[in-house]
Amino acid sequence: MSDPDPMILSAAGAAPGAAPLTAPLAARLAPVGKALPWLALGLAVAAPWLLSAYDLNLLARFMAMAILALGIVLIWGHGGILSLGHGVFFGLGGYALAIHMKLADLPQGEIPDFMQWSGRTALPWWWEPFSSPMFTLLAVLVLPALVAGLFCWAVFHRRVGGTYFALISQALALAFATLLVSQQDVTGGFNGLTQFSSLFGFGLTRPSVVQGLYWVTLAIVVAAYLGLRLLLASRFGMLLRAARDGENRLRFLGYSPTPVKVAAFALSALLAGMAGALFTLHAGVISPALVGVIPSIEMIVWVAIGGRYSFAGAILGTLLINIARDSISSAFPELWLYVMGALFILVVTLMPDGLAGAARNLIERARAR
Amino acid sequence: MKDESTRDLLLAVDGVTVDYGGFKALDGFSMTLQRGETRVVIGPNGAGKSTLCDTIIGRVRPTEGAILFRGEDISALPEQLIVARGICRKFQAPGILPSLTVADNIGLAARRDRRWWRSLGFGIPAGEQAIVNDILEQVGLTARRATQAGLLAHGEKQWLEIGMVIATGAELILLDEPTAGMGPAETRRTAELIHSLGDSRTVLVIDHDMSFVEQLGATVTVMHQGRFLAQGDVQAIRNNAEVASVYLGHTA
Ligand SMILES: Nc1ncnc2c1ncn2[C@@H]1O[C@H](COP(=O)(O)OP(=O)(O)O)[C@@H](O)[C@H]1O
Ligand SMILES: [Mg+2]
Repeated sequence: MSDPDPMILSAAGAAPGAAPLTAPLAARLAPVGKALPWLALGLAVAAPWLLSAYDLNLLARFMAMAILALGIVLIWGHGGILSLGHGVFFGLGGYALAIHMKLADLPQGEIPDFMQWSGRTALPWWWEPFSSPMFTLLAVLVLPALVAGLFCWAVFHRRVGGTYFALISQALALAFATLLVSQQDVTGGFNGLTQFSSLFGFGLTRPSVVQGLYWVTLAIVVAAYLGLRLLLASRFGMLLRAARDGENRLRFLGYSPTPVKVAAFALSALLAGMAGALFTLHAGVISPALVGVIPSIEMIVWVAIGGRYSFAGAILGTLLINIARDSISSAFPELWLYVMGALFILVVTLMPDGLAGAARNLIERARAR
Repeated sequence: MKDESTRDLLLAVDGVTVDYGGFKALDGFSMTLQRGETRVVIGPNGAGKSTLCDTIIGRVRPTEGAILFRGEDISALPEQLIVARGICRKFQAPGILPSLTVADNIGLAARRDRRWWRSLGFGIPAGEQAIVNDILEQVGLTARRATQAGLLAHGEKQWLEIGMVIATGAELILLDEPTAGMGPAETRRTAELIHSLGDSRTVLVIDHDMSFVEQLGATVTVMHQGRFLAQGDVQAIRNNAEVASVYLGHTA
């Protein structure tokens, strides 16, 4: 429905009336199209044996970001809600786990070095509960969803339109990043939180732990992908698309569109929070520069380029853009924002439905011939 | 006598004024509908017919006056509660859900439990599936049930939305210009569809097309500049000099 379905290719190949010239080509392509997702999954599973430790770490970060991108497809593609503030939810998940890992590294009764440098002598009260792994895991999952749900409800229950929602969500990202920077003594300020050595007792430098965490990330990508497809196929998915297409019609059929949008938004924030926590784990850092206005816009660009109606497209877009970003910005750090801006404009004008939409068009054209 | 008439009274629009910053789209307008009745409201463009529908379904709130449905004032209720009480409206521009299939459009309307968390399931429940099949048959879209609603022809979209409104089970149905953009044959089918609803539903139809109004054979209420102008059967309205002058004044 939302992805270039490999079945379409195989159906084209099997169609009895297909034109003789193109039919053999389509027939030859059919098994390839069908095998492609499985091939990609196989490669992803085998990545720890195929890639260097450095490249595996990059891939793991990008996979984490793909979890966030899946949530954006849900709300933006299927719910029509453009969020320019998903960095906030990414950050909440990331900081929650980072605080836990900082605490875990501390000797009994000490406080993190940056707090000492800022003249603090004790932990802030709200750091304390994060010493519990259970609390931290719960916070990673619940905190972003809760904040997002409240935010979304506060805006939409006043029937504010989509453009205003985007602007207000951007203001939220700005406020969040500003707050993090200004509260240096408890957030690590501009530098954020970094230098973690273990998670739940597992040393983060051990190769087996690194590989395991990569597979955990991959498994969450796959689970989120499958779960979201199921959700879209349910009546909830129907309601969400209905709220996007005709909010008034839905309202005057006796439904309340706001809770549907709020639930979808909270779910996408939950995915963003998981993404942020996993990213922090793989990157070894979370900082305001990763959660503010510009990163929030970049997240939208990944999905716009991959295709905002397509979960597979969003994963692909996120991986491709981040790989490109990594290679370009390591050589020319200043250039990346321009390249991304240009890419975004090109894609939005030439392929409004992104790579996934372009692929679907090609397949349909091949089938029509 | 009084008891008898209030028992059959379904809707009373009581002295309603809607003020758009000084401009009164409805100006002390009143009308009543009996249970099972079909009523046509006509009036020149801008007379306030759509605003009347908007006010009944809670999209627009009256500045003055009240809307009584089954004797209770509904003019301050949230929209979904007005629908839940049994009022549903077809919009002037077809208000269908274009990316859903025809059957899903009706299935959504036919759902009785509209709380969002009850949507965490698959397909249309069996009881409601029967309603969906009936409605599809009634509006002649059975063969199109799996089509994306956005791909329907204009007339089919109108029927689909009428089907959705019927599927909600609402006792009071408001149809705002249901034949707009339809040819004579389609218009006739629409009149038949409204007839087929029988006495179980009360229908308020807004339309311009006098031949359609004649086919409906219902009492006609005429509005002008947000006010009540006249009421009677089609023949009486046709012969009403005041009505004629209002229409002539606007078409000249
Ligand atoms: N939201 C609004 N704000 C201001 N004026 C409005 C609004 N909606 C309708 N009107 C005006 O109210 C009058 C009645 O409109 P409407 O009820 O749509 O008329 P009808 O359906 O009879 O053609 C028109 O003059 C229209 O311009
Ligand atoms: Mg109108």
